[in-house]
Parts: sequence; structure tokens; C-alpha cells
Amino acid sequence: MELDTATAFTPLASLAGGVLIGLSAVMVMALFGRIAGISGITRGVMGALTPGAAGIGDAGWRIGFVLGLIAAPLAVATATGALPRQTVPDALPGMAIAGLVVGVGTALGSGCTSGHGVCGLARLSPRSFAAVGTFMAAAFATVFILRHLV
Amino acid sequence: MRSIAGFLAGLVFGLGLVVSGMADPAKVLNFLDLFGTWDPSLAFVMGGASVTTYAGYRLTWRRPAPALASRFDVPSARQIDAPLLTGAALFGIGWGIGGFCPGPALTALPMAAPGTLVFVPAMLLGLWLGGRAKTAMERTSGATA
Repeated sequence: MELDTATAFTPLASLAGGVLIGLSAVMVMALFGRIAGISGITRGVMGALTPGAAGIGDAGWRIGFVLGLIAAPLAVATATGALPRQTVPDALPGMAIAGLVVGVGTALGSGCTSGHGVCGLARLSPRSFAAVGTFMAAAFATVFILRHLV
Repeated sequence: MRSIAGFLAGLVFGLGLVVSGMADPAKVLNFLDLFGTWDPSLAFVMGGASVTTYAGYRLTWRRPAPALASRFDVPSARQIDAPLLTGAALFGIGWGIGGFCPGPALTALPMAAPGTLVFVPAMLLGLWLGGRAKTAMERTSGATA
């Protein structure tokens, strides 16, 4: 991935965004009594929308949550007049592999950066501490290999 | 009511991803590149999110039940098992390749970058396959999730 251009260090914006993410996780607990794990919420939506599923059932809030996630950049565009800028890797076979592995891994490991990383650490869950240590180590190692060895 | 409340929670989460910079894979990959163009910003995202959630959960759990559900339903599994560690390792590898974890990938959809439009369907397929693999592994080991 030829993407190693420097990005600006943004401690204040990143801290503020982190607090918003935390507030959302607290909203999900206070409203629905559930963990705000994006991979689990997405699986819940897929299960409810699968042909033959027994209706939407309890998944209404999850469908709303995913739509809210997708609407966020549109809200930013309404406020600022421009969609958020981002740089997405453009090696498409790599992105297909990455997406597949992220999906398999988060389903198998029962969570991702949000469910284990934010909510699990806040619950002091031993499983989440193990998961976060493992996925952070794997991610650091992967980037090191792809950017400095290959 | 539940759908609208869910939408608002998702919107706040997505705004957090955009404001923090975590919706930008370049920033995520630079955080993960300790020996290159390192950008430590994401440590502030994780710190702000975890501390806010830690405090907010403890305030929330003083109430007898959530506002729109009958009870708090948090995971009860304690065992650090093979599906957990295998899954987390795979997730970390994919995160390191693409710079996307599930939330930012979904939030990136309106910008419609080609990489996003390839990543998200592959991730949905992976979530389905991974769910089946987890069921199979649990059946083999006799463990319960």
C-alpha cells in the first residue's frame, strides 16, 4: 500500500471525537442495555434482513444505528458544505482481502475496536483486554511488514 | 421510538469517527506505523472513548433498567478461548491492510471511495462466514459463548 503520507497530529479533535464515541456507547447502554459493538450490530442487521428471517424483531434500533453511522458524514457536509476528506487505500484486491478478514475476524472474535476496544475495556472484561492486545499487536505487525519489509 | 433513538446513537458515533479522524484510513495506518510516519492521534480517540464509556456505564448501571429495554444485557463469557484470539488476530491483520475497522468503513460509504465500496461488501460476506465458523468451532470444542 503506497499510502504512507504523513497525517497531522490532532490530539484535541481526536480526544473530542473519542468522547463523542464514548457518549454514543453510553447512549446504547442507557437506552437499550447493550454493548455498542459495530460488528455485532451489523451482524444483527444482516440477520434481520436475511430472506426468511422472522421479521425485524429487536433489530429496529440496530438498523437505525447503522443508518445513523452512514448519515454522519452527510450531516457534516450539511454543516460545513463539504464531505469529510479521507484517503482510502486504492489497491482494490488488498481492500477485498482486508474487508473479508476484518469480517471473519470480528465475527469469530465476537467484537472489534468498538465492542472490545471501547465497551469491553470500559467494562474491564478480561476477554476484551486479550482481544485488544491481540488485534493491536497483529495490526502493528501487519503495517510494519507491508510498509517496511515488503 | 427505538429506531429513532438508535439512529441518534449511530449519528453521534459516526460524528465521533469523523471528528476524531478515525474515519480516515490514512490516519489509522499512520497510527499503526510506529517506525514510519507515526501519528499518535488515535491513542487520544481510544483514551477519550474508553474513559467516557467507563464513567458513563457506571452512572447508567445505577438505574434498575435501560430506558427502552427490560434489562441490561452485557456479555457474560469470561473464557479466553481459541475463537476469541484467532478472530482478534485476523481482525488486526485486516485492519492493518485496509486501515478500516467496521464502524469507519460504514461511515465512509457516503464518500464512495473505490476502496470503501470493495471493502464493505467483502466485510459483510466475512461477517457471515465468520459467524458460521464460530458456531462450528464452538460445536467442536463444546464450549459455550
